[in-house]
Amino acid sequence: MADFILNWLVVSPAFAVPFALAALGLIVAEKSGVLFLGAEGFMLVGAMTGAGALIVMGGHPLLALLAAMLAAALVSLIFAFLVVVLRVDQIIAGLSMVFLCQGLTSLISTQQGWTNRPISGLDPIALWPLSELPVLGRLLFHQDAVFYATIVIFIAFHWVSTRSLLGLRLKAVGENPDAADAAGVNVGLYRFGAVLCGAALIGLAGAYLSVGVAKIWVDGMAGGRGWIAIALVIFARWQPWRALAGAVLFGCIEALIPRIAAAGIQVPQYFMLMTPYVATLAVMIWAALLRSPRTGQPASLGTPFVREERR
Amino acid sequence: MTSALELSGISKSFDGFRAIAAADLDVRSGEVHALLGENGAGKSSLMNIVAGLYAPDEGTIRVQGRPVRIGGPLDARRLGIGMVHQHYKLVKSFSALENILLANPEGGFARGRATIDTALARLADSIGFTVDLTKPVGALSIAEQQRVEILKMLVGGARLLILDEPTAVLTDMEAERLLAMLRHLASEGAAVILVTHKLGDVMRHADRLTVMRNGKTIATATPGTLNAGELTKLVVGTTTTECAAPAQNVGAPVLSLTSVSSGGNGRRETLSDVTLRICSGEIYGLAGVGGNGQTELAEILMGVATAAAGRIMLEETVNITHAAPKTRRAKGLAVIPADRHSYGLASELSIADNYAIGDVYSGKYGGVLRMKSSVAQSAAGVAVAAHDVQGVRSLAHKAALLSGGNAQKLVIAREFAGAPRVILAHSPSRGLDVRAAAAVHARLRSARDGGAGILLISEDLDEILLLADRIGVMNRGRLVAEFAAPADRQAVGEAMVSHG
Repeated sequence: MADFILNWLVVSPAFAVPFALAALGLIVAEKSGVLFLGAEGFMLVGAMTGAGALIVMGGHPLLALLAAMLAAALVSLIFAFLVVVLRVDQIIAGLSMVFLCQGLTSLISTQQGWTNRPISGLDPIALWPLSELPVLGRLLFHQDAVFYATIVIFIAFHWVSTRSLLGLRLKAVGENPDAADAAGVNVGLYRFGAVLCGAALIGLAGAYLSVGVAKIWVDGMAGGRGWIAIALVIFARWQPWRALAGAVLFGCIEALIPRIAAAGIQVPQYFMLMTPYVATLAVMIWAALLRSPRTGQPASLGTPFVREERR
Repeated sequence: MTSALELSGISKSFDGFRAIAAADLDVRSGEVHALLGENGAGKSSLMNIVAGLYAPDEGTIRVQGRPVRIGGPLDARRLGIGMVHQHYKLVKSFSALENILLANPEGGFARGRATIDTALARLADSIGFTVDLTKPVGALSIAEQQRVEILKMLVGGARLLILDEPTAVLTDMEAERLLAMLRHLASEGAAVILVTHKLGDVMRHADRLTVMRNGKTIATATPGTLNAGELTKLVVGTTTTECAAPAQNVGAPVLSLTSVSSGGNGRRETLSDVTLRICSGEIYGLAGVGGNGQTELAEILMGVATAAAGRIMLEETVNITHAAPKTRRAKGLAVIPADRHSYGLASELSIADNYAIGDVYSGKYGGVLRMKSSVAQSAAGVAVAAHDVQGVRSLAHKAALLSGGNAQKLVIAREFAGAPRVILAHSPSRGLDVRAAAAVHARLRSARDGGAGILLISEDLDEILLLADRIGVMNRGRLVAEFAAPADRQAVGEAMVSHG
């Protein structure tokens, strides 16, 4: 039993990382007041680009991850242009990005022959001597580069958002763009930047699925994780540390599914596959029932900014 | 003497509408300069140009004698121009310190905070007030939020201070303190522009004034050379002075509230134990600083919120405590809501539809499946003409296209159509100019003289004193005092702010 739990916990971080990165990407973008529903699509872009780059360039997983982030940021230019410059409805723009990315990734990967091709992927890095610690060593200090990077990114975001003018302005733009504008902050620029950074993080989350975990690209492999990440952000009230905790929780659930089946416990497979979504629903209902006035949601989320010209 | 600010020939159009037409303004250092005009005269637009929010189409701006181009809020700040907007530009979830830092980012995050702290300590002595720097601004009172805005400007080193309707949301006492503080800043060499439509503030506190009408600056003068009547004439174009006209025929009670409280279900009690009685043929004015329970009371009377305790009776016989809004309407309650665009009108529907919806259950506009739009059209047409709703090019136009005053007239036309017994009028003249407000007041008086009982809820004490036959004062959710007209302004004001 102890072995079962240890083996389960050791693989859980690999399942938690994509949720954590995607949720943080969403938080970055949404703190600026842009409602970002395209996460699922940008994860697919990242996942496909990561796998493709690895096949094309060969053997440089970190370069592949970088390429994935760039690709997601590049595609998000379309979204940013739509919602920031043209002030298109952010829900519709976000949903269409998902469908665009689904189609785009299937098209490109089929044409290039990237689908279902095994790739080398990321290897774990042991942080000696910490990796020699009992239990914790295997759990926390014998993971791959993205796992460590995720922790660094979270700390960096926390620092920026609480201790820098950049973070103060980002939050101001999301809370009250009129006030930010009057204070001389370029609202459009901040929203543009936030969408690009957020998409890059979500792209990294996607690339980790193909390059880090599955070591293969399959059509639609994000498998709804982008949507779960959106629920996570609501659950976390747009706070990064709570999002991280939620990601770990969901990662553990996801890691448990194949293990329970392998241990021979009779649970209907589809029920198990459903659990993350049941948990998502539960989270949303819980958040709605709480009805606390402080949902943490940026006050102007989803509202395009127009300098108050006469209407 | 050089001018702190000199505007000449400024024009600005929005979507073809000329909001400002060749406006000139000259403001000197060391003076409080009032910019006076009705709503929509272009005062705020002109000042937004100076603050860098709008770019002028034509005209030149000089600051301290030098011609300048103000391309954005940052340019304005660099030129020492600070503005407190009518709707505060504050991030509600940020603390005062964070808000000030956002507008004054010099020195970065950590050092900037330290600089602001010392600057505030220095300022506190000279202007005589402090604010809680750590609480979220949204949790501060309106007057405190205004102080944060003022500190924001002063920390940035503003020498030209623009305040857009600063006294509109303050009690008399708070307003006096603010104006005295502005005087003090001017005496230290700052130039202060006071945008306002309150003549009293101008007469007592301004050194000079400029009047705007229809986007033009039409006169600059010193308050001493004009009396209130002449000033009104300049602002409005014609002289309209409203006089109080007390009720003649006060009859039996038509609306009585007994120990009405809000809250329950774990929500905060914002209205506690309110008992009041309104008779036919009288206007009962409910005064109070905004946020003292008036909105909750209005919602409970409208039927969109339910009272947690107490009893509401119409005509002493009909209990409507738990009645649906529809039933209340049928029993003769009419409502002029405070927010005419969210409760009063469906902005996207046509004027005719907006008129007809008030009486849609009577069946005269058709049944459930078929609507007789022609009947609605003609009824609306008659009402629009009778109530002098201007700017109606077609009854099929969206209600959103009506100006504030005319939208209000449409609401009144609809609400008064059924000869109501009780009228709830919540801030009926908010945002209206003098003439439109006078028209609204006249309608209320004639409804009263026709035998209706009117509950007038207003934060504008002048409006209450002008219209009400009896006055009640709300303070922290309670009805703390009642006065009979003519009431002593001082006494009513004190009841509004006392913390007894």
